[in-house]
Amino acid sequence: MAVSAETTRAWSRRRPLSRARVVRASVPYWLLLPVVVVLGAILGYPIYSLVRLSFQHYQLFELIRHKGQYIGLKNFGSVLHDPVFWHTALRTVIFTIANVGLTIGIGMLLALLFVRISTWVRVLLTAGLVLVWAMPPVVAVQIFNWMTNPQNGVLNYALTQAHFGDYFQHDWMGSTLSQLGLVTALIVWGALPFVAITLYAALSQVPNELIEAAEIDGARSLRVFFDVTVPIIRPVLLILTSLSILWDFGVFTQPYLLIGQPHIHPGNYLMGIYLFEEGYVKTDFGRGAAISILMLAMVAVMSVAYVRRMLKVGDVE
Amino acid sequence: MRHAHRSLWNTLALAIFVVMVFPIFWMVSTAFKREDEVTSLTPTWLPLHPTIQHFRDAIHHPFFWQDVKNSLIIVCVTVVISLALSFLAAVALAKYRFTGRKAMILLIIGIQMLPGAGLIIPLYVVLAKYHQVNVLSGVIITYLTFALPFCVWTLRGFILGIPKDLEEAAMVDGSTRVGAFVKILLPLVAPGLVATSIFAFITSWNEYIFARILLNDQARQTVTVWLSFFSGTQRQTDYAALMAASTLTAIPPFVFFLIVQRRIAFGLTAGAVRG
Repeated sequence: MAVSAETTRAWSRRRPLSRARVVRASVPYWLLLPVVVVLGAILGYPIYSLVRLSFQHYQLFELIRHKGQYIGLKNFGSVLHDPVFWHTALRTVIFTIANVGLTIGIGMLLALLFVRISTWVRVLLTAGLVLVWAMPPVVAVQIFNWMTNPQNGVLNYALTQAHFGDYFQHDWMGSTLSQLGLVTALIVWGALPFVAITLYAALSQVPNELIEAAEIDGARSLRVFFDVTVPIIRPVLLILTSLSILWDFGVFTQPYLLIGQPHIHPGNYLMGIYLFEEGYVKTDFGRGAAISILMLAMVAVMSVAYVRRMLKVGDVE
Repeated sequence: MRHAHRSLWNTLALAIFVVMVFPIFWMVSTAFKREDEVTSLTPTWLPLHPTIQHFRDAIHHPFFWQDVKNSLIIVCVTVVISLALSFLAAVALAKYRFTGRKAMILLIIGIQMLPGAGLIIPLYVVLAKYHQVNVLSGVIITYLTFALPFCVWTLRGFILGIPKDLEEAAMVDGSTRVGAFVKILLPLVAPGLVATSIFAFITSWNEYIFARILLNDQARQTVTVWLSFFSGTQRQTDYAALMAASTLTAIPPFVFFLIVQRRIAFGLTAGAVRG
């Protein structure tokens, strides 16, 4: 590691391969080694096992013996022939679109609002958003659980008082739509701070002169937004959208705990819950592995754009 | 005219503030209310007769302290390991050009995008094989799978933010690269290290699914799992105690978020937004 400043400066000039140069060139690899080794062990090996498991009959008995039995593509066949899988996939896609659309849409509006308010209001609102951001999902679930309690939850009370109709003892867990709607509210509430604050940070990078110039040219504010602002913040927008898709598609904690185990059934499964129930609860790990792979494949397709963008960022320094 | 607009926007922003913060306000408010106020059909906004009885109930709930201790152990070990290892990798990715650098960056990004739910099955099976189920070390291993790549990526962003001139100036002064690193780079990157470790702390503290799957023994659970089962133990949920327990669970991440407040927008998107 101890390389003199002399050699360091000489590095740019092409010199024959010397011992010092070899040592110096190997430094980044030594620095990376620990992370690569650890990730290989704790992530690489499980991913390898995931692929292997998906071709195996692997249940509780096999778990105890630590040995599965090769059955070819049977797990995939069984999953793909399961109507619950297809219904769950469709429900999860719709759920994801709704959640991502609401999160990014409202987040964008919030960020635009941020630009237009007085500093003290902005500081206050930021503090509030950060407070929401800090909430652990399990805590957020318990709060929403309590607020929507049919008997003495504050939501029913407030809606009735505000004359939105009679919500006395209204059961928010009454239908699948209502359940997933509530989960959506919970997720959007929890995700808004990150999205809004990040988008505001991006918006403040947009040069004011550009917007003013466009306004002087007579462009309407909506056109200024779409023709000037959006192209500049597009990278951030793209990243946030991709990340939201990934998170919402694989979400587990919020729907599982808010809907509650007794009310979870194939009719309201989301992908994460389907995987949990089929693979872990029923201890059919082979089939669970097949579901995981199909799920990862869907996520991979949805996030191609994100990876390409991040690679570009990695390049530019 | 402009002034009128501004106050209109301000009012709207304040309304949004109220809506966003209300659930948290409601949690804390409920936690301090007397039993009859909590069950009342006409809720009171603030506790009329504040009491800390529910916090006492929550603390004395079985396994609270044990599970807090478990959470702290898991989180601290995860943070220390991931910070130490990822700092080296972040330096390599931010300060050196070498063959395979791009592949490494792709790998780090790719791993971060794996949905956690997709990994529960293989991690469970592999950890069961090595007797890591129902022990804290198994959970630490699973937390490292997301904490490590996250720390590498975020720290890399912080290190990139350090001007190269400073580092070079130190080297011209005759110090070695290691000397330059210790004297110049480390103090500059220290705030980044603090922020990154706090983010890692919060993500690990808040995590639920891996802890839920890997730890079955009540005495070995984390505090989020403890909280998720809190209502299930009684016939009728004691919402006031549940809200007190929720408040207690939320305090550590909340305190840490306050510390890194200013860096949040930068920290989580470091590297992502730049460039």
